[in-house]
Amino acid sequence: MGAVQVRDVRKIYQRGTEQITVLDGLSLDIADGEFAALMGPSGSGKTTLLNLIGGIDTPSSGRVVVAGTDISSLPGAALARWRARHIGFIFQLYNLIPVLTALQNVELPLLLVKGMSSRERRKRAETALQIVGLGDRLDHFPRQLSGGQEQRVAIARAVVSDPAVLLADEPTGDLDRRSGEEILTLLERLNREFKKTVVMVTHDPHAAERASRTLHLEKGTLLEAAEARP
Amino acid sequence: MSYGRLVWVNLMRNKPRTLLTVASVFVALFLFCALWGVLDTLNSAIQIGSETRMATRNAISLVFPLPLAYRDRIAAVPGVRSVSWSNWFGGRDPNDPHGFFAQFAIDGASYLPIYARDFAITEASPAPPGTPVPAGMDPRLASFMMERTAAVVGDALMKKKGWKVGQTIHLDGTIYPGSWPFTIRAVYHPINPAMNADAMFFHWEYLNQNGMHDAGLVGVYVLELSDPSRAGQVARAVDAMFENSSAATKTETERAFQAGFVSMYGNIPFVLEVIGFAVVFSILLVAGNTMMSAFRERIAEIGVMKTLGFGDGTVFGLVLGEAAVITLLGGVPGALLARALVTGLNLGVLPPMTVAPTTVMAGVGIAVGLGLLSGIVPAWQAARLRIVSALRRA
Repeated sequence: MGAVQVRDVRKIYQRGTEQITVLDGLSLDIADGEFAALMGPSGSGKTTLLNLIGGIDTPSSGRVVVAGTDISSLPGAALARWRARHIGFIFQLYNLIPVLTALQNVELPLLLVKGMSSRERRKRAETALQIVGLGDRLDHFPRQLSGGQEQRVAIARAVVSDPAVLLADEPTGDLDRRSGEEILTLLERLNREFKKTVVMVTHDPHAAERASRTLHLEKGTLLEAAEARP
Repeated sequence: MSYGRLVWVNLMRNKPRTLLTVASVFVALFLFCALWGVLDTLNSAIQIGSETRMATRNAISLVFPLPLAYRDRIAAVPGVRSVSWSNWFGGRDPNDPHGFFAQFAIDGASYLPIYARDFAITEASPAPPGTPVPAGMDPRLASFMMERTAAVVGDALMKKKGWKVGQTIHLDGTIYPGSWPFTIRAVYHPINPAMNADAMFFHWEYLNQNGMHDAGLVGVYVLELSDPSRAGQVARAVDAMFENSSAATKTETERAFQAGFVSMYGNIPFVLEVIGFAVVFSILLVAGNTMMSAFRERIAEIGVMKTLGFGDGTVFGLVLGEAAVITLLGGVPGALLARALVTGLNLGVLPPMTVAPTTVMAGVGIAVGLGLLSGIVPAWQAARLRIVSALRRA
């Protein structure tokens, strides 16, 4: 079974009296350990699809199965627990908590792991920050870090609880080219060395080249899949 | 990193706002407990009165006197062991005209033995050896008994005024005009904590001769009962004796008398209650506004936390926890400080101010309640927040 299975998913938003169809009967499979890039123009439904895969939004119809769980029917509390265990999110604007240090930001998801001691939490967070190359920035607050460093902290936060799937929404969209390259290299490494399934939304064809597969969305439907990279 | 730490750093992200809110809650709970302390004091004033003693006053009002001639007739009523009397003097210290304290003219020989168990003599002027004192009276009061202008003063009042035993002081009479000299011959300390340590007692005869031209008028008779179970019979018997006289009496237990005295404060207790709750309510609005502002500023962050897997219940608890920490940080010290500062203050004729432990506990309870009420709306909104909507605010 693949890491992600999307079956005939529709997502319709109600805006006043108007119904807006964002995803229109979309089906998709992403294999375990795959690095997929989702491309498409603004409003094509990329982020909506990512949100549905991550369980932070629910489809109007259809099924979404991720890491072996049909999340379309999970109730809120169970869905939150599932997210904590299986999904790591990386946002375009990093979304770190500004009053927490880098280490505390990375420790945050581990608060949800029952029975883990504070020492163990700290140790794991330190390891995650070392993996992203920020072992010497543990006590820095987000405002004391560059954009690229903030995004690396966000990646450390995403991987610290060892999720199977990483979802990245324009992870290089707010970074200069060099920092963007570093982030893409890091995602590549997480995919190859740590076997994480990565789904990345991007506008940047150059960024998409790093993925093993690129998917194009337009007006809520998948135009093409495949183009696997060796 | 822990949930507690998370709550704390969120509170400290806007220190001025948090500190001002904590200070507001602190002041509110201080005021609430201090106001409630007045009510505690009024209640304890009622408790001063003994069930074994009764008070007989003019049936019309406490301000109208009774003739001294009633004394022997009251003493003859079955069930009455002894009778004494006192008058309110109403003097003012010319050196401290606003420093009010109570002064009573008493018949020392009969009055002090009745109250012997309620206060102890701690200091007194020496009297010639072998000077007799009435039965049941502390022998150290001999010097007081043998001097017409002598006074017994509470230790708190002595300390406040800086007076010494043997010193002659002058009071300006407001009811009985003139400058009245008194020589302090003894100091008492209340054994009964509800008794006032800020009062002064002196000889009724001195007042009778110099202020009432030997009219022999009495403010209140104090009756010591031989059998408290006969209080009702005694009261009926005394009042029946003077029913058709020019000065009808009202006899009641001392406790009921005190309650009646306190009731002269009219609606003040009610007004204090209303003010106390109004203060608390206004602070509820302040704390609620703080929590709503804090919530609105962090909608995107709450969305991120939910994305990471924090459930609705956990988010609800974190926001509510912040509100509770703010109100407890302000409320607990406010309530404790009210007890520390207000307890012991003198309100004049009432016993020393007290803020009861139950009032402090009520204050802490109100602080918890404020936290819950001020935090419930933002906590509920945070719990119901849709992640996708919240992340759009990032």
